[in-house]
Amino acid sequence: MIEFRNVTKVYTAGNRALEGVSLHIDDGEFVFLVGPSGSGKSTIIKLLTAELEPTSGSIQVNGYRLETIKKRQIPYMRRTVGVIFQDFRLIENKTVFENVAYGMRIVGASAKEIQARVPYVLDLVGLENRGRRLPHELSGGEQQRVAIARALVNNPAMIVADEPTGNLDPQRSYEIMMLLESINALGTTVMVVTHEQELVNRFTKRVIAISEGKVINDGMDGYYINEES
Amino acid sequence: MGYLFKEGIRNMFTHGFMSFAAVCVTVACLVIIGGFSLIIYNVSLFVSDMEQQNRVLVFVDENYDSAEARSVGSQINLVENVREAVYMSREEAVERFVEQQGGGEAYDGIDPSTLRDRFIVTLEDNARMAETVEQLRKIEGVAHIADRPEIADGIITVQQVLNIVSIGIIVVLLVVSLFMISNTIKLAMYDRRDEIAIMKMIGATNRFIRFPYFVEGFLIGLISGAVAFFIEWGLYDLLATRITQTQRLQLLTIVPFEEIFMPMVVTFGAAGLFVGMFGSVMSIRKFLDV
Repeated sequence: MIEFRNVTKVYTAGNRALEGVSLHIDDGEFVFLVGPSGSGKSTIIKLLTAELEPTSGSIQVNGYRLETIKKRQIPYMRRTVGVIFQDFRLIENKTVFENVAYGMRIVGASAKEIQARVPYVLDLVGLENRGRRLPHELSGGEQQRVAIARALVNNPAMIVADEPTGNLDPQRSYEIMMLLESINALGTTVMVVTHEQELVNRFTKRVIAISEGKVINDGMDGYYINEES
Repeated sequence: MGYLFKEGIRNMFTHGFMSFAAVCVTVACLVIIGGFSLIIYNVSLFVSDMEQQNRVLVFVDENYDSAEARSVGSQINLVENVREAVYMSREEAVERFVEQQGGGEAYDGIDPSTLRDRFIVTLEDNARMAETVEQLRKIEGVAHIADRPEIADGIITVQQVLNIVSIGIIVVLLVVSLFMISNTIKLAMYDRRDEIAIMKMIGATNRFIRFPYFVEGFLIGLISGAVAFFIEWGLYDLLATRITQTQRLQLLTIVPFEEIFMPMVVTFGAAGLFVGMFGSVMSIRKFLDV
């Protein structure tokens, strides 16, 4: 569960990224967070993952209060949120299997558990035959699937995808969104940050629109702020 | 834990060039510092050897017989700053004199009574030679004292200059080495900053991320220490052989490497490990703040 209460974030340079943002995402929801460049979407992700601290207001993520969280608790909070990035962020010198297994190793999973779980997750994202490949040997869509598998491997309460289709063609983008939808159907909360209007409107999901650091719409009508508007 | 060990070893090979660079810089620094320390060690031994040769001769009144002369020794030993007083009879003095002159007929028949019994006195601190000689003069039965304050002063000056210069140079070399090594390791870490950021983002603790780097630093340090040790050994032996073969430098005595083998193994091993592990762990700190 994500809860933002009146959150404001002002960067040290004085740039006001968020202004009194309040939003609530329940367990099991599928939500699009949309908005033009510079609207504050990335700041929300960074606040969610405790990369940044809010200037004021309170944030709760999966039971952790982020405005008061201790540094040593941050890794444990992050394990409850699987994050997917536009540029995949895979470890280049590790195989697909190792990249996915890494998520389990950090929580101290045994080799036996890893051997059982990783193939299952790779199968779930359609990469059951790609375990021994290195990331650079895969297509963009496949790399993003590896990132999704890594995010999923510890069975997190929530997946946050930051522009997950930004580097993919429309067909691969759609497939990735379908995959995220099927993950959501298994009970995982999914939050997708994007500015791809067409893609958002192909799914009937809750859309939170943000502009100039403020939430300007929150509903199921596929409302989308065009970048030029 | 086994996985993290393996990761540390694997990291060293997957980032082979940076590991090689770190090993090279560490080896170069260790060889330079080690070489300089060995030179200083040998020079200090040489100076202290010269110091041993700088003794005071205390001549006993020629009217004293052998037993009386020996008894003066106990009073000499009571003087503060006297480390040792070795008795030499006039007969022994003649023998030594003849020996020093290379013998020969010209020296036959020297009458020992023309010389005095004497004590060869070694001091604790040559800097206090003048005051000690004054005290020795006051002892009954002491007829004359032969001291060479100018040599003592010279040795003291050499020793003091050597101490200051060696400490200064070692400190400068150490600072420069640490700076170079830390920069090389930082460069290696910078190369992997994205990897570390990814690990942080998926919930790895700092300890989990740091451990393989610690293992890697340990291995790089160990390899560097070993390589530097063998290079140092080779260079030292080469230099020692050259010095002993050079006629003009035969006065210099070089400590055989075998005599200082173990201290060198320990020093190089410890220095390599310290630099490798400390360097890795310190350099990774700023990249962990994500």
